[in-house]
Amino acid sequence: MKALAARRHDRRAPIVLLLLALLLTGGLYAVLAPTSADAAPAAVSTDDVKAGEKLFQANCATCHGPSAAGTQSAPSLIGVGAAAVDFQVGTGRMPMQMNGPQAPAKPVQFDDEQITQLAAYVASLGAGPAIPTADQVDPAKGDAANGMALFRTNCAMCHNAVGAGGALSRGKFAPNLWETTPTHLYEAMLTGPQSMPVFGDTNLDSEEKRDIIAFIDQQGEATPGGLDLGSLGPVSEGLWAWVVGMGLLIGAAVWIGAKSS
Amino acid sequence: MSTTTTPTPLGRAAAGTADYLDQRTGLGVAVKTFARKIFPDHWSFLLGEIALFSFVTLLISGVFLTMFFVPSMAETHYTGPWDSLNGVQMSEAFSSTLRLSFEVRGGLLMRQIHHWAALIFMASIVTHMMRVFFTGAFRKPRELNWVVGFTLLILGLLAGFSGYSLPDDVLSGNGLRITDGVIKAVPIIGSYASYFVFGGEFPGQDLIPRLFTVHVLLVPALILALIGLHLLFVVLHKHTQYPGSGRKDTNVVGFPLFPIYVAKAGGYFFTVFGVIALMAATMSINPVWNYGPYDPSPVSAGAQPDWYMLFLEGSLRLMPGGAEFVTWGDFTVSLNVIIPAMIVPGVLFTLLAIYPFVEAAVTGDKREHHVLDRPRNRPFRTSFGVAVLVAFFILVLAGSNDLIATHFHLSINDITWVFRVLFFVGPWLAFIITKRICLGLQRKDRELVLHGHETGRIVRFASGEYIEVHKPLDAHERWLRVQHDNIRPLEIEPAEDARGVRRKGYQVDRIRQRLSQVFYEDRVEPVTPSEVAAAHAHGHGEHDEIAADSHEPAQVGGGTHLVEPEGETTTDGRNPQV
Amino acid sequence: MSTHDNTSHDLEVRDGHTAVDRFEDPGHPEHKPRLGDLDPKANKKAERQVLFLFGISVLGTIGFVIAYFALPPGETPESMRTSNLALGGALAFALLGIGTGAIHWAKALMNDHEKSEERHLQASDAETREAAVNALKDGADDSGISRRGALKGAVVTAVALFPVTIALPLIGNIGEDWDVSKLKHTMWKKGTKLARDPSGRPIKASDVTIGQVFHVIPEDLEEAEHPLDEKAKAVVLLVRLDPRDIKSEQGEGWSYDGIIAFSKICTHVGCPVALYEQQTHHLLCPCHQSTFDVADGARVVFGPAKRPLPQLPITVDAEGYLIAQSDFLEPVGPSFWEREK
Repeated sequence: MKALAARRHDRRAPIVLLLLALLLTGGLYAVLAPTSADAAPAAVSTDDVKAGEKLFQANCATCHGPSAAGTQSAPSLIGVGAAAVDFQVGTGRMPMQMNGPQAPAKPVQFDDEQITQLAAYVASLGAGPAIPTADQVDPAKGDAANGMALFRTNCAMCHNAVGAGGALSRGKFAPNLWETTPTHLYEAMLTGPQSMPVFGDTNLDSEEKRDIIAFIDQQGEATPGGLDLGSLGPVSEGLWAWVVGMGLLIGAAVWIGAKSS
Repeated sequence: MSTTTTPTPLGRAAAGTADYLDQRTGLGVAVKTFARKIFPDHWSFLLGEIALFSFVTLLISGVFLTMFFVPSMAETHYTGPWDSLNGVQMSEAFSSTLRLSFEVRGGLLMRQIHHWAALIFMASIVTHMMRVFFTGAFRKPRELNWVVGFTLLILGLLAGFSGYSLPDDVLSGNGLRITDGVIKAVPIIGSYASYFVFGGEFPGQDLIPRLFTVHVLLVPALILALIGLHLLFVVLHKHTQYPGSGRKDTNVVGFPLFPIYVAKAGGYFFTVFGVIALMAATMSINPVWNYGPYDPSPVSAGAQPDWYMLFLEGSLRLMPGGAEFVTWGDFTVSLNVIIPAMIVPGVLFTLLAIYPFVEAAVTGDKREHHVLDRPRNRPFRTSFGVAVLVAFFILVLAGSNDLIATHFHLSINDITWVFRVLFFVGPWLAFIITKRICLGLQRKDRELVLHGHETGRIVRFASGEYIEVHKPLDAHERWLRVQHDNIRPLEIEPAEDARGVRRKGYQVDRIRQRLSQVFYEDRVEPVTPSEVAAAHAHGHGEHDEIAADSHEPAQVGGGTHLVEPEGETTTDGRNPQV
Repeated sequence: MSTHDNTSHDLEVRDGHTAVDRFEDPGHPEHKPRLGDLDPKANKKAERQVLFLFGISVLGTIGFVIAYFALPPGETPESMRTSNLALGGALAFALLGIGTGAIHWAKALMNDHEKSEERHLQASDAETREAAVNALKDGADDSGISRRGALKGAVVTAVALFPVTIALPLIGNIGEDWDVSKLKHTMWKKGTKLARDPSGRPIKASDVTIGQVFHVIPEDLEEAEHPLDEKAKAVVLLVRLDPRDIKSEQGEGWSYDGIIAFSKICTHVGCPVALYEQQTHHLLCPCHQSTFDVADGARVVFGPAKRPLPQLPITVDAEGYLIAQSDFLEPVGPSFWEREK
């Protein structure tokens, strides 16, 4: 999965760099002051913004309103920033298919260019967190030990000790993180999608976020003990002890007790 | 000791050793008594052996682990091959667990063998106990051995729990924290009891060394001693046997200890150890490096204990919080903890421990039993056992409700409510359904004995009548279905004697009779030879009307309600729903 | 010998008149010989199978030794897994070879004629019982215990009292100082800075934006004599809500501009309550699913907890750092008997 993530990452690297160039001024400012809504909009290519607006009107305006100011059924997108769009649309969570306890990740509806355009449009509505740079999300540069300590305190209670996911109240859940790209992990911490709280840079700074990404990057791969049984803890271990262990042992007992032919 | 053939050198040496030992110990008597002792053969008799052999496996792997584990809460910083914990502050206990897992060759294997063996140990104890319960093997003279086995179950829980907490990781630490919360909820002495366990405030500095002593010395010593007693009782009582032709309460039919069971049980030990080794080789268990060293602040989703404690976790999760209250004098009574964590397991374990005595008392059964019951022939006991198991299983599921929620995309709140209802409804349903199944199987047995097997062969008589030919059962097949006792509710003497004087002790007898009716009122009696004769005399073995009074008890004390194979809806108004 | 007839003095519950109308036990079924008993070839084959199984065990042990030297756990999860798999697999072969070999031997080659052994009543016979009673009586007479009442009392008293010598120092020391009033206080006091867990960096009010959650420890935690014991009581969860969303608080002026702090220790049995759902302002405990409404004074909305999480009164100091106004005003964590005293 490490290789997979890296490849995925490579594919989108040019786009990320492009976006970085586009959003340099406004984006960086937004990262430093994520809630200051009166910040100047980012300088972006007007073509992108225009194309993004078209996409928005066709796909998102029904719920988020024609001016993205939100409606009864969906929140305002003014000031959520490009990072939020890249996360929500880039993981397939938006557009939402149906109303439910929460919007789950599903096959992505738009290609990378369209996501960039949508993000550019939403970012043009009001400054918000920008998409992180490749350097900011590079697991190789993070300190996994510090990442584990931070993950344990800030994330494990919902996402499970190694990011296998867990339940929240009333049908909501914290998803498994093993297949999530480093960029999306970073964006999720930065923007706090849905039930997830925000971990702004004043709480976990950029380097600490990278440490966490470095820790998650090591999970979901080989475990020293063998099959990880879903990394779900003692319940799955107990289940396997009964099914495999007791199953084999009772099978052997039946063989011992049966008369030889 | 002497043979007619020329002894080999090995044979001479063996004879010499035997002679030496016998002269000093009189070993010959023991060998003569035990070497050819007969044990009956059945797969379900090996369930207890799984428990014994997984315990031996636990001892072997446990001794290995103690060589490398440091039971100390002193703080240290880890350095070693595990990247994501490098330089992290932790206790010696956690650090040495990492060392023995990653750096000691074979250490991880031994640790995983130890933990898998612990899960198998508890699972086999429970399965063995189920076998003993459902076949009535706990009856006289084995009631005391049931209590010994029950105590072993409790000690197994204690051993598992104390060992689970030793690595001092976040997951087991939160388990201890919950334990602390439960201890504190004990009325009056709660806070002091918590100080007693933890050596002051939670988590303190003493717990790991204390748990270590409990885990490697106290509990295993008690378990070993009780296993000795348990097996001594088995030898003393001789093993029970399943019913079958030639098997009586006065004999035991099977194979001799030497050589058959030396080979079979010895081989099974290696099989149990081998299966556990296979699990440890392929499946990761309790990866503490994922959880990290204990710290009171973090917790991870999926915070659950090992399976055998899961029912407690489940009952804690199901209990609504409103039950806590403050008494006069401002004392806090946490019924929201006391009920699920003390009363529920208390009731469960008490029922288990005393069941043999209750059954013997209310059914007035004082005979020795060595032939087991077929579970269908004791509908009340079987259904009661299934009901308790269902309640236990619902609590286990409730303890896993967060995983059920994520895997089946359900709301954890809805699941909790469903289990709250099911905990009360499920066991009753299970009781009723199991009882009906037992009675149905008994009726099937009667049907078979009376009419034989269906052959599928249709014959037309000259008169034009069609019948299906039934093949009668052979004597062995039939015996299995008719051998059980004809059990009826207690019959008691009337309230007044012949002169109309009220009898002393009548009320007590009446209560016993009522209870006995609960156990045995619904039943199907075994077929008698005269019934078979009647069935055959009637014609071709179809829908025979059997004279009901042929097996009516002489004295009807108001308690006999036979469930007949046919027509009970019309003859017995008390069982109309069948 | 028979166990059937020792119930004559008991309540009769079975047999009686029906005993006459019962089937007879047909006796042991006939022994069916195995293939190997009749066919020497099959017998030989079974023997070879047993040999083969024991052979596998030997190979397993050899494999284990080779794996031990050739496959050290190494530095990576992959090499550790390989080492574990090789050692465990070889061990399993070594063990299962012996196990299945011995069992197959017993089943296929050893004499399989069932034998019957008599059982005897568990109770000793009347003569033995009488002898046992007499033995005890003789012993009692020899000791003269029935005549010396004072001695009897003295022995019982002395033996009953002596365990005090072991119990007293044990109970005296095992609970440290037995000062359970410590359960009611934490190390928060007026002016203690709220700091990030685990780094210990203090938090400014301006660091906390709406929707953020901070896991908080007292800044001076590491100075405590036993930091873990203190941390177990003092951990706090800090969130910022839109002040308009706050429906109630546990005390007037305990929050600062929508920044609100609650004890993280569950009032049920003490798990860290840390699953904060930003949209609903609900805090969920992962252990037993008690759910608290942060916007409404941490009221319990679901689950087995009864009491709200205690709120830590906070404010800001001159430099803008968040500080505690005082300790918690009630004991944190699970209920205990004298909690309200």
